[in-house]
Amino acid sequence: MGRRSFLGLGAVLTGSLALGGKPAIANPAQESPPADAPWSQSIGAGVVDRPYGRPADTEASVIRRNVPWLTASAESSVSFSPLQDLHGIITPNGLFFERHHAGRPDVDPAQHKLMIHGLVERPLLLTMKDIMRFPSVSRIHFIECPANGGMNWRAAQMNSLQFSHGMVSCAEWTGVRLSTLLEETGIKKQAKWAMVEGADGAHMNRSLPLDKCLDDCLVVYAQNGEALRPEQGYPLRLVVPGWEGNVNIKWLRRIKLGEKPWHSREETSKYTDLMPDGTSRGFTWLIDAKSVVTFPCPEKPLDGPGLYEIRGLAWTGNGRVKRVDVSVDGGVNWQTARLHEPVLSKALTRFSLPWRWDGRPALVASRVIDETGYVQPTIAQLRAQRGSNSVYHNNSIQTWQVKPDGSVFNVQLA
Amino acid sequence: MYSSRKICLPIAAILLAFAGSLAGATEPGSFGYGSVATPAQIAGWDIDVRGEDGTGLPPGKGTVDRGAEVYAEQCAACHGTFGEGEGRYPKLAGGVGSLRDERPEPTVGSYWPFAPTLWDYINRAMPMQAPHTLSADEVYALTAYILNLNDLVPNEFVADRDSLPKVKMRNRDNFVWTDPRPDTMAKPCMNDCVNAADVRISSTAEGRNLTPRTTGPLDTMQPK
Repeated sequence: MGRRSFLGLGAVLTGSLALGGKPAIANPAQESPPADAPWSQSIGAGVVDRPYGRPADTEASVIRRNVPWLTASAESSVSFSPLQDLHGIITPNGLFFERHHAGRPDVDPAQHKLMIHGLVERPLLLTMKDIMRFPSVSRIHFIECPANGGMNWRAAQMNSLQFSHGMVSCAEWTGVRLSTLLEETGIKKQAKWAMVEGADGAHMNRSLPLDKCLDDCLVVYAQNGEALRPEQGYPLRLVVPGWEGNVNIKWLRRIKLGEKPWHSREETSKYTDLMPDGTSRGFTWLIDAKSVVTFPCPEKPLDGPGLYEIRGLAWTGNGRVKRVDVSVDGGVNWQTARLHEPVLSKALTRFSLPWRWDGRPALVASRVIDETGYVQPTIAQLRAQRGSNSVYHNNSIQTWQVKPDGSVFNVQLA
Repeated sequence: MYSSRKICLPIAAILLAFAGSLAGATEPGSFGYGSVATPAQIAGWDIDVRGEDGTGLPPGKGTVDRGAEVYAEQCAACHGTFGEGEGRYPKLAGGVGSLRDERPEPTVGSYWPFAPTLWDYINRAMPMQAPHTLSADEVYALTAYILNLNDLVPNEFVADRDSLPKVKMRNRDNFVWTDPRPDTMAKPCMNDCVNAADVRISSTAEGRNLTPRTTGPLDTMQPK
């Protein structure tokens, strides 16, 4: 912390102390040294007691969760990442949100193959061993389901950060540039689109413009330093940075180049945005800039007046987050938050702002601006453009209501 | 100028050759990994059908009546006898004219723009418990039956690779395939952006009782 910012924080702290914090509860057993806990007076478990490792027993509640009534079956459903308990920008692999369309397949990597064909000079069949011989790259990117926040299109519904925003996660992905694989096959001049297809029971497929494939797409086999988890497409998936989760095909088995898009079920009946005039927008791949305050939130209420750090996450499919503003009065006034390094392209970015809560009702919200100048809209601005029948791409400003007792609720403002 | 160019060219050629062999695959097959896919292998993997014109539809055919039989066996338990849906499984029919309503019902009849997409999706993903196990004729028959449930084809319709692309879907012309975003562009005001007296909560999740718990074990709460 620089001298200047330290002095600034000191001023805020002095203010908070002057107001008086809670007196410490007297606990003679702990206050009189030596105050050894049982774990300080015994020997612990050895090194491979947990050969893979697992979180502390007291963190057992920090898990992906689903909304049982949301979907017809668990096999075609989604689980939400517990954003309220996460720190930094990397989502642990066991907590990365899931979306399956035909359940999670357990694929044998020795049998899995990727075919690349269509408008190519040299159609290829690649084993996992073949793919891992290509030059590797590692990149940190978020993936967000475009239905994240979809339940908030009409009204504030879920009183939870996990369920309102938990369909976004971020990881370091390692694999091969898709452009490397496509160049290995030789791209014919007429090729303009790629069809990408999964090996799960849904054989899910999407059309992608060839330009995006050659720009920054990755065919990955590793996530946060270890092989992909089965839930995330083991042994091979596509990562399409900044674009909606559905195009990031898991259990990737086939890529076919063609002249035109395929208009598959996933890009006609689903993942299209229905407008108030009855028309629909297709091929709305981009994840627009979005942010959310992760503390306080419904799961993490305040413990009484005093100094807090408002914390949150921001991201944009356009590239880098440029600025995040925070309001505690429902958008009347805003203050610019501190962005935490690293601020990476198409990755989650952390922000924070010190806040002295005086115990009065507050309306806490964040607003991101990305490097293209795009400003995160209010839900009213979004509805003015798109009505409320559009399930996808709700990137509006999220407001949390803080009550005098410190409890927090998901609300929308008129 | 001329002489320096003369010198540079061979160097550039050497650099390019070096880059081609080590760093970037500039020529097809320069890494040489994997095997060239044979026509038989490609035929085995190649299941996609293009929605707009039906490119990729295989030989075969199916009637509405045959489709009703396959449907009763394979689909009705989840999608209802007449495509009305069961539980939260999707409706396949109905919803025509609802797309501007408060609660639109997007179905094959009301929403889907291309009939070959229906063949492709049934073929690749249905039935959910055993995807990609139906014969091409069975998929054609199911496609015919579902189009008929939606009054898009007559009872005597026969679905095949020629007839499906010609089916005029109701919502065919209502899709825009270019993204008009950014469609909101607010200015980031910092102070007195709205009148504090006008800040009003228009909806709250408090008391709605829709939210599973986010502590303790997983909640299996059903909807109210």
